[in-house]
Amino acid sequence: MTTVFGVPLPAILGQLTLGLVNGSFYALLSLGLAVIFGLLGIVNFAHGAFYMLGAFAAYIGLQVFGVNYWFALVLAPLTVALLGIVIERLLLRHLYGLDPLYGLLLTFGIALIAEGIMRDQFGSSGKSYPVPALLRGVFDLGFMVLPIYRAWVVVASLAVCAMTWFLIERTRLGATLRAATENARLVQAFGINVPLLVMGTYGGGVALAALAGVLAAPVVQVSPLMGSSLVIVVFAVVVIGGMGSIIGAIVTGLGLGLIEGFTKVIYPEASNVVIFVIMAVVLMWRPAGLFGKE
Amino acid sequence: MKLGSLAALCAVLSVFISQASAAGDQVVIGDIDDLSGVYADAQGQGGIEAINMAIADFGGTVLGKKIVLLTVDHQNKPDIGATKFREWADQNGLNMLLGGSNTGVSIAMSKVAAAKKVPFIAIGAGGASLTGADCTPYSVHYAYDTTALANGTASVIIKNGGKTWYFITADYAFGTQLQESATRVVNANGGKVLGAVRVPLGTTDFSSFLLQAQASGAQVLGLANAGTDFSNSLKAAAEFGITKTMKPAALLAFLSDIHSLTLQTAQGLYLTTSWYWDLNEETREFGKRFFAKTKREPTMDQAGAYSATLQYLKAVKAAGSTDSDKIMAELKSAKINDMFTKNGYIRADGLMVHQMYVMQVKTPAESKYPWDYYKVMKVMPGDDAYGSQPDPACSFVKK
Repeated sequence: MTTVFGVPLPAILGQLTLGLVNGSFYALLSLGLAVIFGLLGIVNFAHGAFYMLGAFAAYIGLQVFGVNYWFALVLAPLTVALLGIVIERLLLRHLYGLDPLYGLLLTFGIALIAEGIMRDQFGSSGKSYPVPALLRGVFDLGFMVLPIYRAWVVVASLAVCAMTWFLIERTRLGATLRAATENARLVQAFGINVPLLVMGTYGGGVALAALAGVLAAPVVQVSPLMGSSLVIVVFAVVVIGGMGSIIGAIVTGLGLGLIEGFTKVIYPEASNVVIFVIMAVVLMWRPAGLFGKE
Repeated sequence: MKLGSLAALCAVLSVFISQASAAGDQVVIGDIDDLSGVYADAQGQGGIEAINMAIADFGGTVLGKKIVLLTVDHQNKPDIGATKFREWADQNGLNMLLGGSNTGVSIAMSKVAAAKKVPFIAIGAGGASLTGADCTPYSVHYAYDTTALANGTASVIIKNGGKTWYFITADYAFGTQLQESATRVVNANGGKVLGAVRVPLGTTDFSSFLLQAQASGAQVLGLANAGTDFSNSLKAAAEFGITKTMKPAALLAFLSDIHSLTLQTAQGLYLTTSWYWDLNEETREFGKRFFAKTKREPTMDQAGAYSATLQYLKAVKAAGSTDSDKIMAELKSAKINDMFTKNGYIRADGLMVHQMYVMQVKTPAESKYPWDYYKVMKVMPGDDAYGSQPDPACSFVKK
């Protein structure tokens, strides 16, 4: 059998496929973070909490209101985005223009509160969300069996990433957004409602996190802690990709998922640190990240 | 200025005096546990509720002194657990400590128990080394340990034909001890361990490790982890169709885990427990009272916390004192008979030897009412589960 580093090739291919699945989650989450940081200058530490709330919104929707998975894919992100918008209007907007540290502390506090409330309501061991009937079963790829749902996760998140990139980099709305971050006062002078734009952007970033949460709900236990471990990794992804770089977030998210998958075969104990080792190396070599502007 | 600092000094002194006098006419019990992390549902706030129930059932006082309960979250960090324990022992007149889900934290706290000579009854931790290599004259290990879990689940699965094993192990003291205990049982019964992978605590995506397990060709998937780690690994195993070719073995699963996984995912699973709410009249009665307060049926840890508190208070009453050495002697000489266990006893090394049950998780069709999750497959007498002889690795026990 062909081997790479003493590991059979089918095993490598299997791990890389799984890495791609995890990378899709990283990409989707880091994309939201990058959008929020790039356009608002807010280090959104509540991102993991919004991801968790997205998953819980889907769970509650199903249990209480009988909303199925496909509707939840739209409704849960909208609901959580609405919460994000309320937070932006009431709290975050007072911090624009200040040291990013203030935004970080505020959003970190919001994350702790959200986790605490959900833990009080649902316990720490979490809830199970069923895989939607249409996506049950597995593909036999020859070197591994891949659950259809995981393949769906890759397709769905890549599609959303591509749409977001297009919206921001290639449309008039995106151009206005980018202009507003460069010089808000000038854009306002053209008669564009900048506070509304900023509010919508934060809502959009939050919705991306919540969407990742809905996508994750059938894969992992829907638990109050599901976001807190992930958010640190996602921050590392954004830092490696270059803070605020849209394409950087997407490419780095997928790439790091693959590297992490590879580490899980070679030396599993290091699988949760490999991303941070890469972060340290990248920061020494390119302090602005791989895709960031110096 | 001078007057101000004098007033401050007086205030500080009065706090000291009131605390010192308070400690004299109170019996202070502490509970340091995971109140917010991966193990919080196994004991956590429910454990505090159970301890409070025990104090209330005992009458709220012992030897004419009020019983006080202090609680704190150790956040699964050994240094927090040990520091808080030391602080309570030095400043709050702590008489006994309970809790300690997470073996790493419990090992750190038993060092403090030995240094401060304050009894420590570990409930939620699994590591058998607490009464072996890490034993102290002031530690008691109460609800279950890794040896008993392996003797239960692993031996039943091997007898049903699961000869070759692959372990997915939580990468810290508890997981490695659980894997070691299970490996001993597997080897002793003519089975073979084909491999193991150590996974960091709190991992959410287990799919990579499961593929490795599957590639090994082993018949049994040994899950040497607990809490959310256990739920996530079992859930992914079902998703990847691995449970069709490999038999999953839950080396430690709590009722709360099965509840959150739902019977659909967990059905057919073997697990070992020291207690279940639906065993007999006494356990159902406790379950009913506990449910009324928490809206959940108690886990074995929560029932164990109740029992341990009562046992300690009975020892205080019998010894007529809270002196740690007298209490330890009293605890180790008494038989334990309550709703938690019958004829339990605390071995010289501090391990509470008691009956254990190997359970199988019911199918959704077999479950007739809420929380009806287990059927008893095997009852193991305490000596079979834990062994009647003290652990030879425990240094203070006379050989």
